[in-house]
Amino acid sequence: MAFRGPTHTATLSDDCLVRNDWVCPEYVRTRSSDIVDALVEHVGITAVSVLGGFVLALLLAVLARRWPRLRGTIVGTSTVLYTIPSLVMFSLLLPITKLTVTTVIVGLVLYSLTILVRGILTGLEGVPPEVREAAVGMGYDGLRLLRKVELPLAMPAIYAALRVATVSTVAMTTIGMIVGHGGLGNLIDRGLDSNFKAEVLTASVLCVVLALVADLVLVGLQRWRTPWRREVS
Amino acid sequence: MGALIDAFGWFGDGANWQGPAGIPTRLGEHLLVTVVALALACAVALPIGLWLGHVGRGGTLAINISNVGRAVPTFAILVLLFLTPLGLSVWTTIIALVLFAVPPILTNTYVGMREVDPDARNAALGMGMSAWQVVRKVELPLAVPLIMTGVRLAAVQVVATATLAAFVSGPGLGRIITSGFGRQDLPQIVAGAILVAVLALVVEGLMEWAQRAADPVRRARRRSASATSRRDRDPETLASREEAVGAS
Repeated sequence: MAFRGPTHTATLSDDCLVRNDWVCPEYVRTRSSDIVDALVEHVGITAVSVLGGFVLALLLAVLARRWPRLRGTIVGTSTVLYTIPSLVMFSLLLPITKLTVTTVIVGLVLYSLTILVRGILTGLEGVPPEVREAAVGMGYDGLRLLRKVELPLAMPAIYAALRVATVSTVAMTTIGMIVGHGGLGNLIDRGLDSNFKAEVLTASVLCVVLALVADLVLVGLQRWRTPWRREVS
Repeated sequence: MGALIDAFGWFGDGANWQGPAGIPTRLGEHLLVTVVALALACAVALPIGLWLGHVGRGGTLAINISNVGRAVPTFAILVLLFLTPLGLSVWTTIIALVLFAVPPILTNTYVGMREVDPDARNAALGMGMSAWQVVRKVELPLAVPLIMTGVRLAAVQVVATATLAAFVSGPGLGRIITSGFGRQDLPQIVAGAILVAVLALVVEGLMEWAQRAADPVRRARRRSASATSRRDRDPETLASREEAVGAS
């Protein structure tokens, strides 16, 4: 029987984990459950924040349309909120919501509000007055006018704002790692602490891919929900 | 409310106003990297944006760079740069800041140049102006409101990103917040956050003022209005145009 040398030296020298390479399939294979957990948390936080922000923004936009005096206050406040850096927002929420995922979600909802309120207002204000008058003449009023006439016509502007808000929120969720709930940001933070290049790069790339996928999903949703605009866009 | 009172207590402690980790030092660092990064970003983005806008090419690149910039997490770029040989050097922070300041300036400069009324451009050419004169005397002055919107957005972005530099031991006010997290010192976290929030709002306010002051069309209107005390024309028409891209 021929003598074979120890095999582990061969496997070790070829191990990208040991060499701390930027790209390392071995990392993805061995830590896949970590990565999936982080991804799921990331998607969850983003989805809840954007949906929450959208509902709130719709409410505020309708209020601003009903009472024009509120408009300046609502748009102004949301602009101020947007100027505050995300880390600062989470830090200011910390005394109230502590080290929980709520801190991240409330912060991100407040961010997406600025973009969404403006987008929805732009959309609603772009509805031609004669269309609105015709609808009123046909007996549409209040909520039905909004739902059946104004919102459908405002859809392109609303979807544009929704896409910007979603993409920014995906990126900003990473900062949630400061309170331990940053999805992929947690992996980046851990990789930073242990100087683990593959972990940082994998999580960063996944984050950008997630933003692009979310954007594509919204484009698809828009095409499906506004079939009458397909020729235009 | 208790947290706010404790934060003001932190401001009251003289020790926090001294030394290399004191408020004045950190504020100075923050302002320095912000100004350097913004200047570098303008030096890169303005010529490219003006040129692309003038020749009317590369629109896809100029517009989409802002969308890509939004999709990339600032935290990820900071950590990636930190793990390169740059490491603890101040350039880690400055390069990251420049990367995120370039897109809004480039996009808005390009759009500003493209939105110049073609009639104005053609009239200038018809008067015998050279391409360079058209850029300098016609297109640039008319594009200034949008260019300044881009610079304002970039400035706000830079102030925010500079805060995150603290995660990779970079300079700036963010260090007060992260060291507060490290020591589980809630008053310090809130106090640091208040400092950055005030700085961000002051920068936004200053940039809005600079935007108004730099607009040559607005300045010219004000001059002619005060000289002849004629009925002034609506100065808000330009403001509404700025909003279109500013909201991005």
